[in-house]
Amino acid sequence: MDIFLQQVINGLVQGSLYALVALGYTMVYGIIELVNFAHGEVVMVGALVGLSVIERMAARGETGWGVIALGILVAIPSCMALGLGIERIAYRPLRKAPRLAPLISAIGVSIALQQLAALIWGRNYLHYPEVLANPQFHLGGAVITQVQLVILATTGILMAVMWVVVQKTALGRAMRASAQNPAVAGLMGVNVDRIIASTFLMGSGLAAVAGVLVGTYYGVGNHTMGFMLGLKAFTAAVLGGIGSLGGAMLGGLLLGVIENLGAGYLGALTNGTIGSNYSDVFAFLMLIAVLIFRPSGLMGERGSEKV
Amino acid sequence: MPRLLSSLALSLIALGLISCGQSSGPTTGSGELVVRIGASSPLTGPQAHLGKDNENGTRLAIDEANAQGITIGGQKVRFELVSEDDAADPKTGTIVAQKFVDLKVSGVIGHLNSGTTIPASRIYSEAGIPQISPSATNPKYTHQGFKTAFRVIPNDTKQGGELGRYVASKIGAKTVAIMDDTTQYGQGLANQFEEAAKAAGVTVVTHEHTDDKASDFQAILTNIKAKNPDIIFYGGMDAQSGPMMKQIRSLGIKAKFMTGDGGCSTEFLSLAGAAGEGAYCSLPGLPIEKMPKGEDFKKRFNAKYGEIQDYSPYCYDAVMVMIDAMKRANSTDPSKYLPELAKSNYDGVTAKISFDENGDLKGGVITVYQLRGGKWVAEETLGAQP
Amino acid sequence: MKSKVLIALLLIACAAALPFATDALLGRSWVRLLDFALLYAMLALGLNIVVGYAGLLDLGYVAFYAVGAYLYAMLASPHIGMHWPIWTLLPMGALLAASFGAVLGAPTLGLRGDYLAIVTMGFGEIIRIFLRNLSLTNGPAGIDLIDPIQIGGFSFGASHSLLGWDLPGIYSYYFLFLGLTGVIVLISNRLADSRIGRAWAAIREDEIAAKSMGLNTRHLKLLAFAMGAAFGGVSGVLFAGFQGFISPESFTMGESVMILCMVVLGGMGHVSGVIMGALLLAILPEAFRPLSQLQQATFGQVWLDPANLRMLLFALALIIVMILRPEGLWPSPVRRRELHEDDDASPFAASTPGHSQ
Repeated sequence: MDIFLQQVINGLVQGSLYALVALGYTMVYGIIELVNFAHGEVVMVGALVGLSVIERMAARGETGWGVIALGILVAIPSCMALGLGIERIAYRPLRKAPRLAPLISAIGVSIALQQLAALIWGRNYLHYPEVLANPQFHLGGAVITQVQLVILATTGILMAVMWVVVQKTALGRAMRASAQNPAVAGLMGVNVDRIIASTFLMGSGLAAVAGVLVGTYYGVGNHTMGFMLGLKAFTAAVLGGIGSLGGAMLGGLLLGVIENLGAGYLGALTNGTIGSNYSDVFAFLMLIAVLIFRPSGLMGERGSEKV
Repeated sequence: MPRLLSSLALSLIALGLISCGQSSGPTTGSGELVVRIGASSPLTGPQAHLGKDNENGTRLAIDEANAQGITIGGQKVRFELVSEDDAADPKTGTIVAQKFVDLKVSGVIGHLNSGTTIPASRIYSEAGIPQISPSATNPKYTHQGFKTAFRVIPNDTKQGGELGRYVASKIGAKTVAIMDDTTQYGQGLANQFEEAAKAAGVTVVTHEHTDDKASDFQAILTNIKAKNPDIIFYGGMDAQSGPMMKQIRSLGIKAKFMTGDGGCSTEFLSLAGAAGEGAYCSLPGLPIEKMPKGEDFKKRFNAKYGEIQDYSPYCYDAVMVMIDAMKRANSTDPSKYLPELAKSNYDGVTAKISFDENGDLKGGVITVYQLRGGKWVAEETLGAQP
Repeated sequence: MKSKVLIALLLIACAAALPFATDALLGRSWVRLLDFALLYAMLALGLNIVVGYAGLLDLGYVAFYAVGAYLYAMLASPHIGMHWPIWTLLPMGALLAASFGAVLGAPTLGLRGDYLAIVTMGFGEIIRIFLRNLSLTNGPAGIDLIDPIQIGGFSFGASHSLLGWDLPGIYSYYFLFLGLTGVIVLISNRLADSRIGRAWAAIREDEIAAKSMGLNTRHLKLLAFAMGAAFGGVSGVLFAGFQGFISPESFTMGESVMILCMVVLGGMGHVSGVIMGALLLAILPEAFRPLSQLQQATFGQVWLDPANLRMLLFALALIIVMILRPEGLWPSPVRRRELHEDDDASPFAASTPGHSQ
């Protein structure tokens, strides 16, 4: 039972990081129907910018959560600027283009960001300086660390904030309107371009936080770290129903838990024939199974197509 | 349009007919023979720090050889290094190998990883180009029947075997959990270790697999935690074993940790941080201080390239052994110096180098290190023949 | 009519002379690169059927490449000990890949656009993970010592002398690949003009309308997957014989993405454009290689790492081409008309942001 609990804890922590990143994917998709391939790389930039800041502070002898917070505070505007820049340069000119063109452009941006990061930060695996004493807490036989708790708390708060913004504020209303029908929203006085930019802004901000948290959690930063994370987060967004905020959150948490339980128990369940190296397969198969029975994802709108 | 096309086509055809095949290989100019040596290692990716280290070791040897002004076959010889990046990817490795063959290099120092060295070795064998690997430890490399495959470092049968016995006898472990990164090197080493450990009476509670790009091992480690082994063994590289070490401790797992030569680097120290205390690793060969010419090499290397990562002394020796064979054969032609290479008996920086009938190093040893006070400290050298 | 025949003959002559010219000007490894470029051309043509003709966004296309390659590798190498000839293995590879295409396509038939993309991507990854872990496929070590392609007594891997010149295997392979690419081009063009091709175009443009006109969209989509996969399988078989060694690392998602870029960049749906896209993107990263020498010459030192700089320029090229010509570098004339209808200054041709097909 302890082991099960441990796997679930690890899964929820990993999942909440996925959820944070998945929110960025789902918001952008909801409003311009584009898979922002470069989003994972924005997370990576957040992680590395944060790393640089934290390294400088650690060299001065500073420690503690304040250092991490400072890293996040610097990463957020950096990523926001990056996100806005990408939208303006690589996506906006292609709004009217056939739908695959912005996708290829996004792929180009993704590769470009990876290479730029390699040129700036180098190719080695960089380590996040240890500025935290990371006490462990025990829940029965399972262990949860302070970092894990902070991640759960931070992502929880941010998701709640996003929910409130989207559901209760004027900005959120404008976003939902633009996602539903941009033409009419425009006629109702919504500056759709501005709203799209805000979406990217918010998504990138979340990405920055996720990046620094991921770096702190695993202690490593590298220019290739965005790819897999982005892929998993996108899978989570689709699992939950792309375009749905609640779906992204649910999808992320679910994917994290499924991955960990899968890696943990596949070997035992199949008596060694299928081991932990197949855990990614497991996650994808789950996704496919869900989509066969609910083609719009778990919480996606059962959209009847406009005929 | 048709006129443009036709003139274009005609010129291309003309060019095609005029030329055919570009000659590469040793070129002469001003009475000096330029001999190209190919070197391949991952210069990008998670192992770039090791790849660069290899390249530096090779370059040091070539620069020093050129400074000596060597004469072979009555001609003054200048060695030229052709360094390529194989990204630790088997496919890229074969492409690099083809390139070297196309360039008609006289010898190859490479590759770094077993996964790249083994497929490339076939290409070199077909072209008759001698290949010395300074760091690939998977036994298969020299057991394919290729006369051109050599290695100046003991292989994993030795490494895995000695470690398996060490774990039982010196560490006194009764149970072990094994993980590998599903690469040819990592899985190969882990399997060798498993065999030896079992033979020494240790119980293997589980053998898990991850991959060489992963960063989160907690699910697998939680599993391992449940089985409560005395020691965890990982076959794989430092980019994974470093973060893995951190996760092991933060999950509250008390088991000891051991890894092979892939994790025995300074990168591991920085990636694992304080969690790494007490970890074991192994490197084929002697510690640099105990190597016959180690201290001297260290000084020369540090002056130019900084800290030694892992294999640069072996790269140096590989180049020198190759040049030594060329001198003894009095020729830089691969078909002429290859038999001499097989009969080498050379006093290298790392050890006395001679090869067995497979191209493996004769009489290799393994040194076990432990992480103490933030540094790797040599514990014991195993497998020395009296 | 006469000029068309002339152009065709000239093209054939160019294509025949190309490897010799390349070898002379640039060196032998560039000829090898040409061979790879042709393999990619075949892959791109296959994906073109799925994405370009039928409008199905497949992000896991490399799986079919892998199927063909591993089939040949397992049955023409010491791995199991069988050495079947190319006659049997090439059609087998195509058939096996086609069945994989149908099997993998089946669950996706009800999914729209981007969901389809993620599922196909998932399938691609699943296949790669299996290849990496099964002992049948020799796991991460891959399969080595694969037989080169042989027809009759003629081995494509060995050197042959022609008119006194020594031609290594890469020349023989070049002409083999060129021939097969030609065959695939012919099949693609016939398909495009056939009833099936028009049915695919209907599905691509408006699936609901197509359904309501009585087209069996399920069968047609499955056919598209199968045909596209078959071409991928053919390319895979050739790849295994050519390279002599395969490993799971050759079949990553990055490859699928690259092939998609080739199709879209070249001109989705247009055979000539797709081939051009494939050749361009296969060769471009290599073309940027002299960057380190260039830096050395201008600055006296290498400031920016050439490997990263290369990929960066490649990525920027992708972005710029898409922004300037979103229909691709060489689209079909129909497509270009479709996408530039506003160029006629029609006041009714405006589209709103977020417009999609």
